Amino acid sequence: MTLSYLVRRLGSIVVTMLLVSFVVFAITQILPGNAATMILGEFATAEAIENLSRQLGLDAPWYVQYLRWLGGVMSGDWGMSMTLSRPVLPEVLAALGRSGVLAGLSLAVVTAIAVPLGVWAAVRQGRPADMAIGGFSYLGISLPEFVTATLLLVFLVRPEIGIFPAGGYQPLAAGLGTFLIHLALPVTALAIVLTAHIVRQTRSEMVDVLQAEFVRTATLKGLPRRTVLFKHALRNALLPTVTVLALDVGYLIGGVLVVEDIFAYPGLGRLLMFAMQNRDLPMLQAGTLVMAAVYAMTNLASDLVYGVLDRRIQHA
Amino acid sequence: MPDWLRRLLAHPSGSVGCLLLAVALVLAVAGPSLAPFDPETFHPRRRFEGPGLEFWLGTDQFGRDLLSRLLHGARSTILFGVIATAIGTSLGAAVGLASGYAGGLIDEAVMRIMDALLAIPSLLFSLLIVTVLGGSTVNAVAAVAVTIAPGMARIARSVTLSVKSRDFVAAAVARGESHAFTMFREVLPNVAAAVVVEASIRVAFATMVGATLSYLGLGAQPPASDWGLLIAEARPHMLRNAWLVIGPGLGIATITIGFNLFGDALRDALNPRVGR
Repeated sequence: MTLSYLVRRLGSIVVTMLLVSFVVFAITQILPGNAATMILGEFATAEAIENLSRQLGLDAPWYVQYLRWLGGVMSGDWGMSMTLSRPVLPEVLAALGRSGVLAGLSLAVVTAIAVPLGVWAAVRQGRPADMAIGGFSYLGISLPEFVTATLLLVFLVRPEIGIFPAGGYQPLAAGLGTFLIHLALPVTALAIVLTAHIVRQTRSEMVDVLQAEFVRTATLKGLPRRTVLFKHALRNALLPTVTVLALDVGYLIGGVLVVEDIFAYPGLGRLLMFAMQNRDLPMLQAGTLVMAAVYAMTNLASDLVYGVLDRRIQHA
Repeated sequence: MPDWLRRLLAHPSGSVGCLLLAVALVLAVAGPSLAPFDPETFHPRRRFEGPGLEFWLGTDQFGRDLLSRLLHGARSTILFGVIATAIGTSLGAAVGLASGYAGGLIDEAVMRIMDALLAIPSLLFSLLIVTVLGGSTVNAVAAVAVTIAPGMARIARSVTLSVKSRDFVAAAVARGESHAFTMFREVLPNVAAAVVVEASIRVAFATMVGATLSYLGLGAQPPASDWGLLIAEARPHMLRNAWLVIGPGLGIATITIGFNLFGDALRDALNPRVGR
């Protein structure tokens, strides 16, 4: 991997993010009613709205507004939230941190469960264990997060059980137990779909790799089964899984939107849903931009990890 | 029977997928006429009943028959994914075909724009669009179609590029055919298979996004009984009658499993080298 490859990839991310910022700005510009109407309310006089519009610079042509907004984003001034009357950037960053906890924990759980299950299914190919895992993963990828989340609420948040809270968030400072119990259900809801994906991916790659010559050689050399499976086969099978995991971050972001909304988890997803319901433009623009940036960065990271894991790839 | 269809049905997951799709088709066509009750009639003395002899799947907070509501909501829930995918696929395939065929700077510019659209996670993108347009079934279909299109454009374009360099295309150009003829009669038929397979895999996802949008109140509006909407309406009452969530949830799962199995099997049948 050369430096020039890295620079080129970062450059293309900058171009993509500029285009995304334009798309997001364009979409929010089509929203009916401008910021001035939203601040002053429906019953404001036309004159007052016009004055405030001029003050806010809403009478400028769209490209001037776009450049002004973009300049603000670059210099750290992301505007004021219209509903919260607070600067957008700190709110978005705090929410992003909490979403990061949720998404990171989900990914960790998924990797810890899905990869061994996928290996197991591949080893038992065509036998009952494989069938059961296959059936589960079909069910997993076919249930939208809102269904799993609601089912979890139905079955696990009954007063008789009384272990899991219906939602909310507690910081780590409130104690590890409290922190984790609040994360348990949202993480489960997010993990089911992704686990199903990764199990299928790992299984199908493992089935391929297990038929390869080098695995047979390793077995014939008399190496222990475990060494063959995990040292020889899995390392090669995991390569494509890394890419799928990065693509799944896109699904994860969608899932985060829904799951945070259902479990009242104060992350970026919930903030965005709130911004959409209240037509809070600065918040909406900032949240979407941040999510797209996270997605773009994960894709870059996965390409780089791929390069590190597979020495045959030479990024020129 | 064509070869690919025989291979499709020989696969156990393919035959199960076809079976589930047949059930979905029956529900979409005949669902409302199979319903034992009117979906909007209240039975005030029979609220929150569990499954029973009269109301097979039980009743909701107004004493409406859940089975009848499910059957009435089946058509729009099932058709949502199919229609959104069809629109998004045609849109994307047209862009990809034209872009790949044109090549050069146009191609480069179009693909950069598609990349930018792909960089926004799809559910977020759909939500943004529906927020702008307002929540309704038609707008939700449009929103999902728009998020499907860029991925399709990419696939159609990459296949177009490889088809374009083949001899029969050069032959068409050499005998002086118009661009439109070459594009639609020579290139398109060879791009179609890849696009159709990809589309069949996307239908399940589109169905799930559609259900999610109607759950969030941005798709179908009450008193419709789309399955996502049914779950949203059941949420405040879910502890009194869990069937109100389980019923539509299982419905959505069955339909998406059907589309997933069918899509995977179709891909395997048309292209035996990919997947297993």
